[in-house]
Amino acid sequence: MSAHAIAHEAHGHHEHADPGFFRKYLWSTDHKVIGMQYLFTGMFMAIIGGFTVYVFRMQLAFPGESVPGYGYVNATAYNSLITMHGSIMVFWVAMPVLIASFGNFLIPLMLGCDDMAFPKLNRLSYQIFLLSALVVLSTFFVPGGAFGGAWTSYPPLSASAAYNATPWGAPMWLIAVILEFVAFLLGGINFVTTAMNSRAPGMKMFDVPIVVWMIVLASLVFMGSVGPLVAGAIMLLFDQLIGTGFFNPNTGGDPILWQHLFWFFGHPEVYVVLLPAVGIVAEVMTVFSRKKLFAYRTVVYTALATSVISFFVWAHHQFIAGIDPRMAGIFTVTTLIISVPIAEMMFVYIATMYGGSIRLATPMLWALAFIAEFLIGGVTGIFLGASGADVYFHDTYFVLAHFHYTFFPIAFIGTFAGLTYWFPKMFGRHMNETLGKIHFWGTVVAFNAIFIPLFLAGAGGDHRRIFDYSAFPELASLQPLRQIATIALLVLIAFQPVFLFNFFYSMFRGKRATANPWHANTLEWAAPSPPPHGNFPEMPVVYRGPYEYSVEGREDDYWPQHVPPDDVTVDGPVEAPVAAGGH
Amino acid sequence: MSSSKPIATTRSVMNLPTGRLALWWVIASEIVIFGGLLGSYIMFRLSHDAWAEQAAITSTLAGATNTFILLTSSLSAVLAHQAAERGDGPRAAKMLRLTVLGGLGFLIVKSIEWTGEIQHGYTITSNLFWSFYYTAAGLHGLHVIAGMICMLIVARAAARNQELQRVEIVGLYWHFVDVVWIFLFPLLYIAK
Repeated sequence: MSAHAIAHEAHGHHEHADPGFFRKYLWSTDHKVIGMQYLFTGMFMAIIGGFTVYVFRMQLAFPGESVPGYGYVNATAYNSLITMHGSIMVFWVAMPVLIASFGNFLIPLMLGCDDMAFPKLNRLSYQIFLLSALVVLSTFFVPGGAFGGAWTSYPPLSASAAYNATPWGAPMWLIAVILEFVAFLLGGINFVTTAMNSRAPGMKMFDVPIVVWMIVLASLVFMGSVGPLVAGAIMLLFDQLIGTGFFNPNTGGDPILWQHLFWFFGHPEVYVVLLPAVGIVAEVMTVFSRKKLFAYRTVVYTALATSVISFFVWAHHQFIAGIDPRMAGIFTVTTLIISVPIAEMMFVYIATMYGGSIRLATPMLWALAFIAEFLIGGVTGIFLGASGADVYFHDTYFVLAHFHYTFFPIAFIGTFAGLTYWFPKMFGRHMNETLGKIHFWGTVVAFNAIFIPLFLAGAGGDHRRIFDYSAFPELASLQPLRQIATIALLVLIAFQPVFLFNFFYSMFRGKRATANPWHANTLEWAAPSPPPHGNFPEMPVVYRGPYEYSVEGREDDYWPQHVPPDDVTVDGPVEAPVAAGGH
Repeated sequence: MSSSKPIATTRSVMNLPTGRLALWWVIASEIVIFGGLLGSYIMFRLSHDAWAEQAAITSTLAGATNTFILLTSSLSAVLAHQAAERGDGPRAAKMLRLTVLGGLGFLIVKSIEWTGEIQHGYTITSNLFWSFYYTAAGLHGLHVIAGMICMLIVARAAARNQELQRVEIVGLYWHFVDVVWIFLFPLLYIAK
């Protein structure tokens, strides 16, 4: 195998002519470049989302005091800040990084293609996404400030500028969200089509790496759930701008309708971002346990089950919104059922590690932390999914802490696992392990120190949507918990420059990586690091599943998918590489 | 960047042309968008009997005329596909342009109809029925316009015998636009 890899390295072909910075990085149709565009845009948006949370957590811990780097926070600004934190982190960080960035980078490489099925559509998808990001960022500077109706945008608060006090921010937020959805619909269609139709010769459905399965299923769930919200967003936009009354009870409309349209998308959305993270963890787990993934097909089937059930749980967000109690009963049952396939996946991962030779490199630490932390998020979800308990917990910090125990592992821990694992492939260099571990421990410990106090505060009755708790003397005893959470947040933020430094320094100065530094099986490691335009010097052919680690009777403890079985000799590539060189 | 396609585009593991496969997914995602809008409309309609009086005002004649125009235009889209299958690009282009004319006729009837209704005071803000009426038909109208633009682009290449496989794909999209109208027509016009 190693000889094979070296041959590939030596082969590494270069561009015939330098296409220039603009064409190469900004106008490229290359899936890897587009993946990087999504990644860097997402990282930038994460910094904005992080800044907003810093400001409003400071206000909550030390009400009425000037926040360093921002100033005094008034009630309207507070609303804008929490709205932007939620929407940016979900729509402009988790979505682009987990689905679009990893999807773009990994799908063609892992399926043995030279690019996506529709490269120009892919470029268009990023451009629309970038436009949506610019629109949402520009709302910080419009009259009235950024939208202040919370990321769930419930009418009548969101429908009328008289209530949300953000006459420009509200419609612009909706336009940005619609644009973002269009971008991900285009991207998702591309992902699904590529995965269905463009796999390497020999790669059957159950030879596809789990992470690709997960991104494709996530794209399908997104495609199936976002439509009603697109329609709802258009209706809400008309309510805001031309005075229709779709969600206005005075004209016969119904504000609860928005909640249904929103959560019909909003709950599957959790699984849209969860599945790619779970897929990333599967890849990392097997490679660093040197063991075959336990029950590959079970993982695929449970992911399918999760995808289907995720369409039938949405009304658990509305237990106290006045829905029929009989309906609440049904949604309690479906919500508790969906924890079964997710728990099954967690068991599968633990079983994968059992008896393996585990290496605690940084990506593996992140993968382990994902399971530990997401488990807390999942278990606390049981309390909220049961309609009886939810009546008490609804709109408290308990919900908020639960939500962050699911989303932080997904959007950050999962992403860090993926980035530290695929970094050598993306940039051809290694990240620093020591810095990686410092960042890991700082982040994970601080994360728990933020949200465990918030669980307690929520159970103590702390309501979510309050800007200044000094007006509520009965909640004053919870102030120390709020302060602990804010201080832990400052620690968490203080550790992130370690990652950014490690990331950008290693990109240029890190130790050079070979084609397959982790000794992994999947096809992306058959390409040089970083892969050139067209990815593979010779288009790979697949002979086996992606997780053949520690196979008995083999000298190496890994068996890459593209290496022919010992008794077969191949005369040459099945597909001539000429077409790939035609660019 | 050369115009040569990546290998990924030319592969066909599912034995389906990649373009057609992608278009099915486009249609799937569009169905959910219209499904959300029309589902909301139906839920409201069921609990608002008074909307029947509003629906009685709509012009079933204009709606029926448009149904006829749109369905007829699908015939030329099918003929374009047939010509493309035979490799007759110029004829496919001609048929596609004929389909575009059909779409144009649809839009003309629609604008005459809407002008009359707005002049009689039935605007998008009159009440919830008219809000749905203009939103749903307007969203459909945007799809008609998008389909016409796509057909003109495909026709230009087809006239030079290029990318003939696209004729079928744009035709499929046009049929989808038809089907949406077939749902809109009874929901907005006929159900009194």
